[in-house]
Amino acid sequence: MSIFSRFFKRRRYEDLSASIREHLESRTEELLEEGMSRKQAERAARREFGNVALMEQRGREAWQWKRLESLLVDLKHIGRRLRRSPGFAVVVILTLAIGIGANTAVFSVLNSVLLRPLPYPEPEQLVSLHLNAPGAPGLGEFRSELRLSASMYFTFAAHNRTFQSLGVWGPGTASITGLAQPEQVNTAQISGGVLETLNVPAFAGQWLTAADQDSHALGRVMLGYEYWQRRFGGDPGVVGRTISVDSQPRVIAGVMPRGFKVVNYNFDLLVPLALDPVDEALAGFAYRGIARLRPGVAIPQADADAARLINVWMDSWTNGPGSDPHWYLRWKITPAFQPLKDTVVGSIQAVLWVVMGTIGVVMLIACSNVASLLLVRADARQQELAVRSALGAGRWRIARELLLESVTLGLLGGAFGVAVAYGGLRLLTAVGPGQLPRLSEISLDGWSIAFTLVLSVLSGLFFGAIPVLRYVLLPQRVAFLGAMRTASAGRERQRGRNLLVMAQVAMALVLLISAVLMIRTFLAMRNVDPGFSDPASLQVMRLTIPETMVPDSTTVVRMQNSIIDKLAAIPGVTAAGFAASVPMSGAEPSWNEILVEGKIDEGDNPPMRLFNFVSPGYFHTAGTRILAGRDFNWTDVYGMRPVGIVSESLARELWGSPGAAIGKRFHEWESMPWHEVIGVVQDVRENGVDQISPATVYWPSLGKGIFGPGIQGAWRSLYFAIRTNRAGTQTFINEMQQAVWSVNSNLPVADISTMQDIYADSMARTSFTLVMLAIAGAMALLLGVIGIYGVISYAVTQRTREIGIRLAMGAQRGELQWMFVRSALLLTAVGVAIGMGSAAALMQWMKSLLFGISPLDPLTYLLVPLVLAAAAGLASYLPARRAAAVDPVVALRAE
Amino acid sequence: MAKNTERRDLFPGALEIMILQSLLLRPMHGYALVKHIQQVSDDLLQVEEGSLYPALQRMLREGWVESEMGTSAKGRPTRIYRVTDAGIRHLEAEVASFERMYTGIARVLAFAKA
Repeated sequence: MSIFSRFFKRRRYEDLSASIREHLESRTEELLEEGMSRKQAERAARREFGNVALMEQRGREAWQWKRLESLLVDLKHIGRRLRRSPGFAVVVILTLAIGIGANTAVFSVLNSVLLRPLPYPEPEQLVSLHLNAPGAPGLGEFRSELRLSASMYFTFAAHNRTFQSLGVWGPGTASITGLAQPEQVNTAQISGGVLETLNVPAFAGQWLTAADQDSHALGRVMLGYEYWQRRFGGDPGVVGRTISVDSQPRVIAGVMPRGFKVVNYNFDLLVPLALDPVDEALAGFAYRGIARLRPGVAIPQADADAARLINVWMDSWTNGPGSDPHWYLRWKITPAFQPLKDTVVGSIQAVLWVVMGTIGVVMLIACSNVASLLLVRADARQQELAVRSALGAGRWRIARELLLESVTLGLLGGAFGVAVAYGGLRLLTAVGPGQLPRLSEISLDGWSIAFTLVLSVLSGLFFGAIPVLRYVLLPQRVAFLGAMRTASAGRERQRGRNLLVMAQVAMALVLLISAVLMIRTFLAMRNVDPGFSDPASLQVMRLTIPETMVPDSTTVVRMQNSIIDKLAAIPGVTAAGFAASVPMSGAEPSWNEILVEGKIDEGDNPPMRLFNFVSPGYFHTAGTRILAGRDFNWTDVYGMRPVGIVSESLARELWGSPGAAIGKRFHEWESMPWHEVIGVVQDVRENGVDQISPATVYWPSLGKGIFGPGIQGAWRSLYFAIRTNRAGTQTFINEMQQAVWSVNSNLPVADISTMQDIYADSMARTSFTLVMLAIAGAMALLLGVIGIYGVISYAVTQRTREIGIRLAMGAQRGELQWMFVRSALLLTAVGVAIGMGSAAALMQWMKSLLFGISPLDPLTYLLVPLVLAAAAGLASYLPARRAAAVDPVVALRAE
Repeated sequence: MAKNTERRDLFPGALEIMILQSLLLRPMHGYALVKHIQQVSDDLLQVEEGSLYPALQRMLREGWVESEMGTSAKGRPTRIYRVTDAGIRHLEAEVASFERMYTGIARVLAFAKA
């Protein structure tokens, strides 16, 4: 605004005042002529004229651009007032910055992980081919779905009416040799249709084609972006080069772009599955399926289409001569396709919503504290407001100013909150579960900023509305010119703040209860015997000997055996062994039904059992107790003796007790020789401590028939477990690698970790939730205590005079203290009562996150209120002590 | 601000028409305008001060009237308002449209009676 127009505006305003003055005086004179006294006439003229100030303002507003000017004036006042009370401003802005920042950080995670679409073109068309098999007993103990078999893929791909494309894939590993040191890389083995479904173009070179899926040729491979950068320095000339994958020469067809994943799997190498329909049977449920729906097709239609195709599948394939292809009708295979996003996000969804809700409640508590402070400020300004309103300020005008002040505070808090959120996000992704899906996509984006803005304004309006309601829109009386000065009517004045404190206590209680329930869950999980001991001293690594390197299965086992011997010879190692899968690693060796000798009455649909393949000494190394019988020995292995070990739960289910199981016999199918149970081991929590231990059969890793009837084979991709107090140290890892290379210098070692890391990973979801809820609970408790302290402290200040009178009349100091503490405890009690009810209702939402504890755990519901009451008592005792220290003479003289 | 809720509100723009028409006679200050309209309408119309002054400010902004410092009949300093050419054009347009509307309303009322 130029000085000129400013000058003119001021003159215009003065003109207006001149007109109004003249008007009033003329009217007064007229009334004087009618015979009124001067005083009466002036008053009558004023009354007729109405609100001068308001009219002047209206007149001015005619010149203002959409009232912006008066808004600017208000803002200037607000700025001035805040500068005059920097302590108040800093406390409020800091509280809001932390509250809003925490909310923005969590929202950013929520948005990036749950809300933002997947980074593929038209992601809403993508589905994962999830199949349920409710009729396959036991499968649910270790699998959440029935994976697709290759024959299903062929059937679906050829006959579906609802998909543009579909494909199957699975994670795998390959050793790359000839580049540097031999390296084990993560591969995604994909069928045709996977790249077409995800539809992300290659970054360099081209996609794998149908020719690469020919099982009789050696198809090309594609590189993942990070692997390309890491191993090839981003050299665009790699396309067309040949690398040695599992000792086979493979041509690089292209490179996928940065951030591209197959569903949620981050691969180094894309390898064609090269399935051959000639080799495939009905069974072999090993692959994950994904598909792209045709435009306009909904998931239920696709489900119906696939349900039809399941029948086609059974009509067109077989499990071999003499088998009944319609046997699978018993499993009741039902398509339950889900949006690909649900598969990617997985079980973290519940956690993120709970954390978001929790942080939101913390924000509410913070807002209540700010509202409480604003009430005190408005209280102090009550006279000013009363005077202004008497001088003609419109109610809305005052309300607007108060709200503008609180929204300004909110926005300032929000601005700092973005900085807090930025830091919080760093922290969150650091402490968040390692397998948090889409971790790399998490960022503060436009939506987060918009969220911050909305939250700032809303919270500003929320905590601003409370003093506005109290003092402007529902003024209880005209508190004019110190009419209140000597009164001690704190009760009514305190009512707003009391309500806020009760709400705070209730919210804090809910958060504390949820935090304590999570702690109890964590402890319950820690108390579960996972089926292995002392995970910190258990070193784990993975090693694969591909068939292309060592074709003969007995030679493979001999190599694996000598690797164990070399590992066991490292100083500090007490035991070593291997298994196809170690607990909680996510490896999925195999599963099937078993037929038990003498139990034909089990019906024709026996339960599925999890299979694992272990070396002699593995149980001893892992610390899995042998409850009956004995472990495998190398004679069993090399002699391919028909022996097996079963888990305790399986032994109890089939034979009643571990002891009774020894000597009993079972096999996987008719043509397999009976295998004798030589040992029973304790149950192992294969899928995490909060999951049940599946009934498991342990086989030797070498045998006739472990890969199908009559096929002799050895398990080639193994986890080695090494018991040593040097686990996890770099020197030990180096020695471990040297030990492996002394057996074969082309063997890469992968997935080096301690069992403790794997164990912690499986608890990550719970510990993440625990940390977040504990932080939220602590913040809530702190804010609640500050709230109670503030209210009592203010009450003491307000009632100093009353206290003085009481003391002068002979009241005991102890009684006075108790009076204040009691009022705080009363507020707390009401808050606790409300909070208990809310918690009981809300904890049902957390059920899926709890383990080994009821959402209504009595101990928690008893303990938390007691802690809260103690904190409230303390928070009120401090200001109450000050009340008792009042000198009656000073107090009475104070006014 | 209405002192008498039974009095019917003027339609939008009516106050401006009356102010402009009154100022056509001679330039006036605010209070004189109120008095003039009241007298000419035989007390049927009473201009509220609460509307008058903001209306005058709006009309100043639109350039329909201009003001200068002057003195009232009693010799006190005040603002004298005067119609501009733009104000006269606006008045003519408004009066024409008001008359059309009035004729329309009168016809409808007459028809309803018949």
